[in-house]
Amino acid sequence: MESTASAPDTGVLRRMRVARDAMDREWAEPLDVAAVAARAGYSRYHFVRLFHEVYGETPGAYLARRRIERAQDLLRTANLTVTEICMLVGFTSLGTFCTRFKQLTGMTPTEFRRRARGPGASSIPGCFVLLWAGGFRKGGAAGG
Amino acid sequence: MITKLGLATVWVLDQDSAKAFFTDTLGLEVRDDMTLGDGGMRWVTVGAKDQPDLSLTLMVPGPPTMDPDSAAHMKALIAKGVLGAGAFNTDDCQAEYERLSAAGVEFVQRPERRPYGIEAVFRDDSGCWYSLTQPFDELDESAPWNDCAT
Repeated sequence: MESTASAPDTGVLRRMRVARDAMDREWAEPLDVAAVAARAGYSRYHFVRLFHEVYGETPGAYLARRRIERAQDLLRTANLTVTEICMLVGFTSLGTFCTRFKQLTGMTPTEFRRRARGPGASSIPGCFVLLWAGGFRKGGAAGG
Repeated sequence: MITKLGLATVWVLDQDSAKAFFTDTLGLEVRDDMTLGDGGMRWVTVGAKDQPDLSLTLMVPGPPTMDPDSAAHMKALIAKGVLGAGAFNTDDCQAEYERLSAAGVEFVQRPERRPYGIEAVFRDDSGCWYSLTQPFDELDESAPWNDCAT
């Protein structure tokens, strides 16, 4: 949002919020951007543009980020294979999961697990610092 | 000496709709509903029946307390759903979750066991979020602090 004059009205914001809440609730389900757009009552194209304008990232990036956050925690704590974790957090393709994971964390899931469980690894799960509602990326301001 | 908090502000998009939500849906009682002077500010307060000394005032951002630009920003933040407005206590989180869900309340989080109690998270009709917690007498450190650790 550049200024209040050009900001979407509260009705549009409400629909974006409903879509974002759906992703926060149902990240483990086979949810995709088209389904979320339909939930908000928009075509995919308009939904992606509006969501980015309101929350500062595309809905696809938001959903993937939330899923990767859960995957990071499962890799730290759960005795599951990378493939099992990939499916648990809502990805349908291991290739997409690994690519997204590396984009967001800078390492593969296997490397992440090795480091997270290695000696000297932090005992505080990273997700503790994230707001329950998903928060925002550090430095990734939604406004201005 | 300050003796207590007696009144807290809840920012809403529409006072009629918010009053109906907080009373008819959530089950709080109306404490005041009056208009100050001709065409003046409408003053609506609600509260829990068992807590007569704390009221919530349902306020729409705008004059006289807020300039139009600030009010527009505030309304956008409410509608975007980024504002949390408080934590309610309940004696039965699961039962309240079921009752309020059936009444159409949007829940962001289903009841989950946390170290401090059983907690769900819902939104009011404007978009602000609230915790709905059934507190434990003692901290249960075996419960996860959030839903990452499932």
